Amino acid sequence: MRTGPIRFWHDDRVVEVHDLPSTTTVLSWLRDHARRPGTKEGCNVGDCGACTVVLGEPRTTETGTQLNLVTVNSCLTYLPMLHGRALITVEDLARMNGGSLHPAQASMAEGQGSQCGYCTPGIVMSLWNLWQEQKSVGRPHTRQQLADGLAGNLCRCTGYRSILDAAERMQGMEGAVFEPGPALDALAATDSSGGFAYLASGTAFWAPSTIEELVETVVAHPFARVVAGMSDVGLHVNESLADLPELIWTARVDELRVIDRTQTHLVIGAAAPLEDAWAALVAHAPALEQMWLRFASPSIRHTATMGGNVVNGSPIGDSAPVLLALDAELVVVGPEGTRRVPLDQFYLGYQANDLRPGEVVARIEIPLSAFSRDLRAYKVSRRFDSDISAVSAACALAVVDDRVVDVRLAFGGLAPVVHRAEQAEAALVGRQWNDSAMRAAQEALVADFSPITDHRATAEYRMQVARGLLERLYRQTSGLVAAESDVWTRP
Amino acid sequence: MDPAVSPAAWGSSVVGRAVPDESAHLHVTGEAEYIDDAPAEEGLLHIVLGLSPVARGRITRIDTAPLRSMPGVVDVLTAADIPGANNCGTIVHDEHILADSEVAFLGQPVLAVVATHRSLARRAAARAAEVTDIEILPPVLDHRAAHEAGHHVIPPMTMERHTDASVAMAIAAAPRRLSGTFDVGGQEHFYLESQAATAVPTDEGLLVRSSTQHPTEVQKLVAAALGRRQNSVQVECRRMGGGFGGKESQAAQFACIAAVVADRTGRPARLRLDRASDDVVTGKRHAFAYDYEVGFDDDGRIRGLDVTLISQAGHSADLSGPVMTRAMCHVDNAYWLPNVRIRGFAARTNTQSNTAFRGFGGPQGALVTEVVLDSIARELGLDPLEVRLRNLYGSTGAGSTTPYGQLVVDNIARPVIDDLVASSSYRSRRAEVARFNAANDVLKRGLALTPVKFGISFNVTQFNQAGALVHVYTDGSVLVNHSATEMGQGVNTKVRQVVAQELGVPLDRVRSTPAATDKVANTSATAASTGADMNGKAAQQAARRIRDRLAEVAAERYEADPESVRFEDGMVGIGDVSVPFVDVVQLAYLRRVQLWSDGFYATPGLHWDQAAMTGHPFFYFCYGAAVSEVVIDVLTGESRVLRADLLYDAGRSLNPAIDIGQVEGAFIQGMGWLTMEELRWDGGTGRLLTLAPTTYKIPSANDTPPDLRVALYDSESEADTIHRSKAVGEPPLLLAFSVLLAIRDAVSAVGGHRVDPPLRAPATAEEILRAVTWVKENSPD
Repeated sequence: MRTGPIRFWHDDRVVEVHDLPSTTTVLSWLRDHARRPGTKEGCNVGDCGACTVVLGEPRTTETGTQLNLVTVNSCLTYLPMLHGRALITVEDLARMNGGSLHPAQASMAEGQGSQCGYCTPGIVMSLWNLWQEQKSVGRPHTRQQLADGLAGNLCRCTGYRSILDAAERMQGMEGAVFEPGPALDALAATDSSGGFAYLASGTAFWAPSTIEELVETVVAHPFARVVAGMSDVGLHVNESLADLPELIWTARVDELRVIDRTQTHLVIGAAAPLEDAWAALVAHAPALEQMWLRFASPSIRHTATMGGNVVNGSPIGDSAPVLLALDAELVVVGPEGTRRVPLDQFYLGYQANDLRPGEVVARIEIPLSAFSRDLRAYKVSRRFDSDISAVSAACALAVVDDRVVDVRLAFGGLAPVVHRAEQAEAALVGRQWNDSAMRAAQEALVADFSPITDHRATAEYRMQVARGLLERLYRQTSGLVAAESDVWTRP
Repeated sequence: MDPAVSPAAWGSSVVGRAVPDESAHLHVTGEAEYIDDAPAEEGLLHIVLGLSPVARGRITRIDTAPLRSMPGVVDVLTAADIPGANNCGTIVHDEHILADSEVAFLGQPVLAVVATHRSLARRAAARAAEVTDIEILPPVLDHRAAHEAGHHVIPPMTMERHTDASVAMAIAAAPRRLSGTFDVGGQEHFYLESQAATAVPTDEGLLVRSSTQHPTEVQKLVAAALGRRQNSVQVECRRMGGGFGGKESQAAQFACIAAVVADRTGRPARLRLDRASDDVVTGKRHAFAYDYEVGFDDDGRIRGLDVTLISQAGHSADLSGPVMTRAMCHVDNAYWLPNVRIRGFAARTNTQSNTAFRGFGGPQGALVTEVVLDSIARELGLDPLEVRLRNLYGSTGAGSTTPYGQLVVDNIARPVIDDLVASSSYRSRRAEVARFNAANDVLKRGLALTPVKFGISFNVTQFNQAGALVHVYTDGSVLVNHSATEMGQGVNTKVRQVVAQELGVPLDRVRSTPAATDKVANTSATAASTGADMNGKAAQQAARRIRDRLAEVAAERYEADPESVRFEDGMVGIGDVSVPFVDVVQLAYLRRVQLWSDGFYATPGLHWDQAAMTGHPFFYFCYGAAVSEVVIDVLTGESRVLRADLLYDAGRSLNPAIDIGQVEGAFIQGMGWLTMEELRWDGGTGRLLTLAPTTYKIPSANDTPPDLRVALYDSESEADTIHRSKAVGEPPLLLAFSVLLAIRDAVSAVGGHRVDPPLRAPATAEEILRAVTWVKENSPD
């Protein structure tokens, strides 16, 4: 790993940062150091989108190197994560559009898309990226896709109708398609590929580029925190002012970002962004789409990883129920070599897991056979978009000749760890898939879970919802109702 | 999807046109400057507050020494360091800038850390709890409990009017009676820009830039805190990143602290709260609890209503008195209540001090009556719309007097509702909803139409005044300053339109300047939906005075009657002659004619007797109505608004684009309040549990109804308002009642509409499921 300054492309040039602590957020850098106050701090915890910026990451394929543009929350992006990447902020848009407002801006300004204006720069950045996407895809996003794309941008003034109208309108407007050449050339000239270490102001940030290097680094720095998207650890930095002098970042290990389908498995690299991981899952199981769209916000999904979500082990993480229902296994690498851990044996207790010192999760592997079962995933929360589940459930069901031959029922939000409802499953296996079997499974849930009351929901509500979701499962999989029949079903 | 726009016959007029917001271009480029965006002045100090870790207690000792020795810390302030009045209570002086001897809620500022960098100040301030010794006392958190224990921040209020012998007798004599309770939660403002102020010492005093709806009050409280005169404190506000009432009274505390620091250190100082601190420190919309008893006839007409309102005031009075007054003045909503007694209690709780929030109690007052009417309809097996129509105010006579004695002379509730019933296909959809519900066990739909009538003007008569200052420069450009602050509601744009209209110049010739106490003195808060009404009138007067002077100059030059001079499209027409506006301006300058003017407006005809709770507090009423259709899931309690039709009476709209934006924004904000936005405090410690966007959920893009139809009602104001327009800021928030009552209708469908669902607000998924379960268990088989 080469030690050096952070180098990234911003404002038409390569910026070097030598001396700021590695836990400096991009938001703070923009506002306090670069005098770019257009990007706003709304919440500083990645939940409002006022600080949305666009990151461009060079990705090399057979056809050449492209700059992959994604929105991120600059409040949860830390300066070393910019190394070798391009940063685009609201101040850049008109300049890159020949000095006039970009369609993302013009449509908002003309259509009363802003009122107080504070969330507007973040919304404009999300729109700009959506505009670039639809240009590269060659067809406009639907209004629904635009709303999903804005799911992480809160606006307290408008009620969103005018913003969605502006988003639709901008797609028909002419503007400058982002030209990645200068950024790619400039970044190539800095030779920022490979492992990277940034040491400044008493902080260390290691970004190895191979699995071997990653394991070596983890072993060499036992007190360092291993991070992937940093969307959760970042909260400790921003909110609790935690000191994290040593960080090891997994997202520069290309191998950990690979998503692949082998003869037998769907393989999701632990550091693949959630957006890519969910896309792969939904490609295999379309019924998971709602879970994908409701998992955090687009900006979070662009940086946070499925591996991070699994290792983090939150009782309300939404990946785990789905992966448990799919019989996922984790491939763990460490100083002693590689081993496989079935996900249902990984969690040992509240935020405690089976990882040994020096080990990291490299991949999540899902047997393709798991996709042959009827799969459903449900999430119940206060808000549709970007909310933490009160209860989430993933159910996989194989019914042969009216009988349940195989079942997985995994729940989040009901226990200190996400786990399967073994008693409820047992109540179903071998039985005819009918109302009384479903009721038996509902009754058995009390033996599987003793949920708690907190600010999201009471214990009673959680249990009632869990039972309700089993009924929903039954109705949907037994043909009593249309396949999708919740309040969110889209016209 | 373009909103329907009132077909006002304005021709080429600037007023009435859907012109974009004056700052739209700056918003989308990121150039619009908010307090924390301003370049750091030389030597700028950053302030972060240390907060009380307990909900109630006596401070026995604060040892600031450990904090002072931390890196970057320049100063640490406690109550003793405030040179003047340690008060930021606006009406009742019961609120300290920094806690003095007692703390009354968890999150109350007890000290202020001043440091060279914000991050260093944060680190020190985070240790406030460990340097503050507090003798803990048991907190009272629940407003019903506080009320029952007799803890109130202001004396109780009663509003009573009866045509029969008494309200109790009217209820007793009615053919039918219902009684019950209801609760609605509070609401976090969630302006995206948190509270912020910068104070800069000047050679003669202090300049304070504050994100405030009320620069004059900030000026007063800063002056008092410093022990200075008001003329040495200048307060400015260019724009806010949202206010919604949250920066009406509560911006002052932070401006005062910044001012004290700047005054002590001689250096500029900035205080901005981070999101979580803002939620923990500042007050919110008042939660309300209600007890009611109603007597009505077999047709559903109310004979008598006796209702008790108990608000969660929090630890101090703040604006809880006026909020309760407005709530009591809106219990009638659009309905004739022949015999009515309304009692209001503002309960003191050890929580954040609740404050103004869009509607200012009006929504809380009107909501209970809508719930009561809904229950009456269910009791009688009638469509709630029929019951609402039967209870509407008449257009004249005894049936059109409000409980506080003001005659409703502009009532258009009925035609507004009739229009909406037709345009929304309410009646056929009512039947469709019934069919859907008959065919579905798990998903249930609900439909509701609710009207709104909302009084415009401050209840407190003296606040109904505004001033403006218009300058015309010799190049023909125009600058307007007025007493309203811009928080996204578009007041600057509307006032610019009024001035451009008056002077007959294109809109781009007119620029607004920040609200500033050294331009217009003794201003009122930009609140009560009155900003454009009052400041539009004041600016119109100022512009008209200049125009009249210019007309005289032109008339003299071209030997015409001043009355015949026209100002249009940047030209001045005198008979057959037409000359550029700028030429007349230059001529006026040469003739030493004053090219600037002040303007002043005091809303006419208002009076209010707070003791008797009678008078004529409102200049006029705004009307509107909404139909919402929802679907709920009886297995999980989840709900979604499928369609909403909103019709709002903005009179002859000054700017239909802005007004439609206000209507939609208010509706979605109201929907959030009544559905997903839930404030919860830990019952033991009093810690706010739902805060910041992580756990406090405001609506996001997918919550906007997939089918949203918004229109302005084609009318003009009966009252002599600015260009016959009507206010728009707050009233449309009440349109969201239709969402709650549609949910109630859907829950009621679970039991075949035979029992009244015990649904409270916010109707979260959990609350809906609780009500569904109750209905299932209590419906007759």
